[in-house]
Amino acid sequence: MALSTSSNFAKPDDAFRAIVEAHRGLTEAQSADLDAALVLVLANHIGDLDVLREAIALAKRRMLDASQQQQQQQQ
Amino acid sequence: MAANTAQAKTQFGYRRHPDQDRSGANVAEHPVVVVGAGPVGLSLAIDLAQRGQRVVLLDDADRIGEGSRAICFSKRSLEFWDRLGVGDRMVEKGVVWSVGKIFHGASQLYQFNLLPEEGHKRPAFINLQQFYAEAYLVDRVEQLPEIDLRWRNKVIALESRNDGVTLTIATPEGAYQVRASFVVACDGARSSLRQMVGADFAGQVFEDQFLIADVKMTAAFPTERWFWFDPPFHAGRSALLHRQPDDIWRIDLQLNPDADPVAEKQPENVRPRIERMLGHDKFEFEWISLYKFQCRRMARFIHGRVIFAGDSAHQVSPFGARGANSGLEDAENLSWKLDRVLRGLSPESLLESYHIERSAAADENIRESTRSTDFMAPVTRQEARLRQAVLSLAEDTEFGKRMVNGGRLSVPSIYDTPLSSSDRDDWRGGPRPGASMLDAPVTEQGGGTIYLTDVFIEQGTRFTLLEFGNGAAVDVPDGVGTIRIGGEGGLVDAQGLAGKRYDAEPGTAYLLRPDGYVAARFRNAARPALDAALARAAGVN
Repeated sequence: MALSTSSNFAKPDDAFRAIVEAHRGLTEAQSADLDAALVLVLANHIGDLDVLREAIALAKRRMLDASQQQQQQQQ
Repeated sequence: MAANTAQAKTQFGYRRHPDQDRSGANVAEHPVVVVGAGPVGLSLAIDLAQRGQRVVLLDDADRIGEGSRAICFSKRSLEFWDRLGVGDRMVEKGVVWSVGKIFHGASQLYQFNLLPEEGHKRPAFINLQQFYAEAYLVDRVEQLPEIDLRWRNKVIALESRNDGVTLTIATPEGAYQVRASFVVACDGARSSLRQMVGADFAGQVFEDQFLIADVKMTAAFPTERWFWFDPPFHAGRSALLHRQPDDIWRIDLQLNPDADPVAEKQPENVRPRIERMLGHDKFEFEWISLYKFQCRRMARFIHGRVIFAGDSAHQVSPFGARGANSGLEDAENLSWKLDRVLRGLSPESLLESYHIERSAAADENIRESTRSTDFMAPVTRQEARLRQAVLSLAEDTEFGKRMVNGGRLSVPSIYDTPLSSSDRDDWRGGPRPGASMLDAPVTEQGGGTIYLTDVFIEQGTRFTLLEFGNGAAVDVPDGVGTIRIGGEGGLVDAQGLAGKRYDAEPGTAYLLRPDGYVAARFRNAARPALDAALARAAGVN
């Protein structure tokens, strides 16, 4: 199974909203705790190490792209 | 007191050997010199001697090391020691256990059973102080005239040639030399032979310090391995409690990276910590030690005719019982290969499989113990956060419990090795080529129950065909042992466990190596395929 990056939610806004709302009223540290637990719960639900690795690679690549863009803007 | 009796037995005398009067062109020549009479060197020497090899075993001390040190010996190690004739003594003295419990704070997160099924001769683990294990091995050595054990013989120089090694050995009466066809260095993590061959020992040192204390007390704790994350008596760190014989309890306490090692080791500083843990002060200290974890290995375990085994070749952190047990697995892996090479039955290249198989096992042990150590002592804030998430999820989810890493305990590696013949038939279970044989109870024709591991020993601990009867017995090559289950005159699989564990059908056959690992398996063992598998496993093709 490969990582699915097509849109899987019928109402993507609801999914995004659910995650955002879970963080409302939390301090940054509490939010980080929540994310850590959420990542582990979802990773286990996926239950496929290859998919997990692909997801990590995708998330990391976005981070890398973002920081490169920032550097270019500064130059 | 039992501990004193044990100590008294561990002193050995230096004796002058006639080799010490020979020099120059007349120095003594020996097929094998084993350096280091710890559990690995002693076990290797016994195995080689039982295969008929003469062995010189050197040790720079004249006594068995103090302190319990290694305490957990695995099922696999006990099966090896059974072959060496010392298994019963180890198990009789040792504390048998298979259950571990993990606590977080004051409450239990979960428990695991390392051997949840019946029908095995040996338990998952015994706990036994290393000095008892060494003492029993020395007793066995003394029954074997093939082994020449020389105390206070310290190797101080090593000269390698293509066909052997010259060792210079210091004794209380001066130095002498011997030549050896092969030298096996079992001289521990600080191996001087490793330095003499100029090999590196690369890896990782962990910053957190751990305090080990062996305390003597009478306590009603069950015989289980108890591990705490963030216990009430040692806030924010981890702790381990483990039982040994003679009312001795092993306690491991994680300390801060900046703890002062000299101060922390003082009994007056250790005592309050243990009192908080136990809730009383009715204990005495047997041994206190402080250390940092190290995970390191040599790039190559073989340097010409000098072969490294045990801690001299690889070092792991202790949570997982992978130190002494992996050293013993090195010894059993090496001895039959060295014996065949010395006899000229296999080419010297067979020894390369020792490096391939055991360095992969070392990598596996280092990987597992590094993961455990990282879980116990998270490096970054986010790592600590993820660990905390696992610990809290473990309270009410099964996946969280299984992610909690309080040490993954030693199991035999499965070798990806050129000595194995790949499966050609269909298998739904059973040990695959490169895996260790499985134990199971079977019934002899007379009606008594015997374990497969013991039948393997009765067959001479050599290449052995384990076959599940299908009419006529398979015609095996000369020198190959046979274990026959079912069919006329064979052992009876009364409980059906042998058949189940080996995924057997009538005609199924497993070719076992002399170390009990599976070399090949067949649904129907035809002689040409068997001959080819045997040649491959012996390195003669």
